[in-house]
Amino acid sequence: MITEPRIIPTPYVTKPGAIRTSTGKTIRTDEMIINMGPQHPSTHGVLRLEIVVDGEIIVDVIPHIGYLHRCFEKHAEHMTNYQQVIPYCDRMDYVASMNNDWGFALAVERMLKIEVPPRVEYLRVIMAELQRIASHLVAVGTFGIDMGAFTPFLWTFRDREKILDLFEMTCGARLLYNYIWIGGLSHDVPPGFVEKAKEFCSYFGPKLKEFNDVLTYNEIFVRRTANVGVLPPDVAVNFACSGPMLRGSGVNFDLRRDDPYGVYDKFEWEVQVGKGEFGKVGDVWDRFIVKVREMEQSVKIIEQAVAALPEGNVQAAIPKRIRPDAGSEAYVRTESPRGELGFYVVSDGSASPFRVKARGPAFVNLSVLPEISRGCMIADLVAIVGSADIVLGEVDR
Amino acid sequence: MGLLDQRFESSNVFVTPLENVLNWARLSSLFQLQFGLACCAIEMMAASASHFDIMRFGVIPRATPRQVDVMFVAGTVTLKMASRIKRLYDQMPEPRYVISMGSCANCGGPYWEHGYHVLKGVDRVIPVDVYVPGCPPRPEALLEGIIKLQEKVRRETLVRPKALA
Amino acid sequence: MTSQEILDTLKSLCGDAVLDAKLDVLQPWISVEPLKLAVVAKALREDPRLDFDFVMCMSGMDHNNGTLGAVYHLYSMTQKHKIVIKAIVKNEDARVASTAAIWGGAEWHEREAYDMFGIVFEGHPDLRRILLPDDYPGHPLRKDFVVPEYYNGMKVPY
Repeated sequence: MITEPRIIPTPYVTKPGAIRTSTGKTIRTDEMIINMGPQHPSTHGVLRLEIVVDGEIIVDVIPHIGYLHRCFEKHAEHMTNYQQVIPYCDRMDYVASMNNDWGFALAVERMLKIEVPPRVEYLRVIMAELQRIASHLVAVGTFGIDMGAFTPFLWTFRDREKILDLFEMTCGARLLYNYIWIGGLSHDVPPGFVEKAKEFCSYFGPKLKEFNDVLTYNEIFVRRTANVGVLPPDVAVNFACSGPMLRGSGVNFDLRRDDPYGVYDKFEWEVQVGKGEFGKVGDVWDRFIVKVREMEQSVKIIEQAVAALPEGNVQAAIPKRIRPDAGSEAYVRTESPRGELGFYVVSDGSASPFRVKARGPAFVNLSVLPEISRGCMIADLVAIVGSADIVLGEVDR
Repeated sequence: MGLLDQRFESSNVFVTPLENVLNWARLSSLFQLQFGLACCAIEMMAASASHFDIMRFGVIPRATPRQVDVMFVAGTVTLKMASRIKRLYDQMPEPRYVISMGSCANCGGPYWEHGYHVLKGVDRVIPVDVYVPGCPPRPEALLEGIIKLQEKVRRETLVRPKALA
Repeated sequence: MTSQEILDTLKSLCGDAVLDAKLDVLQPWISVEPLKLAVVAKALREDPRLDFDFVMCMSGMDHNNGTLGAVYHLYSMTQKHKIVIKAIVKNEDARVASTAAIWGGAEWHEREAYDMFGIVFEGHPDLRRILLPDDYPGHPLRKDFVVPEYYNGMKVPY
């Protein structure tokens, strides 16, 4: 029996121009909006991307952030003293806690004009560089997963555990340390730390070569990442990108050398920049290789710092209640694994900060994402987000 | 069936309650929703990497909520994220379990006082089976949470609950 | 360039926009007319002697005296000098000219300042809330902010 064709009401047919992106742009008939995140496995956390696509080609990307906004700045204002802010700095960029602690401690020290003892400076450099290796290991390992390679992830996490063991023997925590305090450190390193750190340095070099063999120069991986998501140097500077993102574009700029802090000037190491070995300068592969090569440089720094580690006190003489002068303010930037981590601290003379603004490098690096992903394929977007190495705790704070 | 494979002379019959078999099957393959929220997600990743090897408990990450049994709420739940977590939970098939990992997901953690955008405990939007304390919990603590969940699953029953008199 | 030279150069380029300056502090700052900030930014960016091409940071401020502020920390990659630019507005008329067209890096920072303090950046290409949900009540980093009791049926305080 032939039935009459049923007329289905179509509520989804909309007037031309009725579908808009959240920025208010209308989309053309052959375009569509797809949503990625906030629980997508390759957005490295709770990032949501609203993607306008024309077939497989990306027309526009609108990042939506704030799914992990944990009110860091409000907490910093409401603590009873400056020292209590440091655990919250830990939790901002949870992959690189040591660097975050240092950034905030340094900002307060600059306001108070505190000089820290030399042993502290050396230990801070050792911790920060170990943390940089640990953070880059997470970055390159998870980036491998994004590109479909699971084994490098297991390898990098194996090596990262060795660094976490070092941190654990120093301060008892695996991830969030609260180790670098204003004017010094929470306590000295335990006996045996120096030997273990040396042991790690000699262990890690060959492992990095192994890693390069299996992933970095792998034909599939290179084809997947070279010439993708090219970030030209002028755009990188205009969008205030920093860290491996900026250096991957060939800009030779590293705060450890160009805006010195700590004792980095006492060591011999080189700033790594992207050279466009497999494609254009500033592509995904360049950003990736900068991280890998920075790990080598960090090992070099650690080796020198451990060899020259002076004896001494680990806490400078600081006032019991830290009260910078009313109206004094400082913006201090340090080179975290992701780039320029700045803390803008304003004091009103009381025991707690009047205002703390954290300039997360991942926040700024993410803002350039729409610029570099237009015209790419959807699968390339995963590579671009992975190479930007965002940590959502720091993007959202 | 590795332990029992080819150990019998002839075919055999086991007598056991059906719930035991179902519970045993369920607790041995708890598929996990692959998503992380914050710091705890890094420890969750460490737990699934080589050092701690979560897969020996049958916990395998799946990227879609339609295929999973257990959701690890690993990190701070914000007000913006809470409705998404509720939706993901609603998309999971029964029976479904939730492990709340870390102080933030348990009760707001360090953000309990001034966190104007932090949900003070994920149990305000979805039911939680196991709470794992710590900030962040070590991977061993997460494994302990999985063992606790397995104990809970082992005690489940098919008997219809008696009406409360 | 020293900060005195930067101030002099800026005064010669757009003298009517410069309101105040303090150069003898840790990080010297120049205060400018909020609605002329875009003009100042253009001068800072395009003059080859100044050449401020890198926005290190941009922060909103609540001074707790009825005024809000937008603070730009600028750096020049070529000249290697820094300056802080401040624009101070009243709470009830919080309007600042946006610099997002000049520095791409300021775009998201300005959205964040709008989100957290309610400072309206005129001429911003996409001034939406960035961190908080669209329907969140109030601007939380203002000093007089009161945490809402409920948001979308979820209790907010502990």
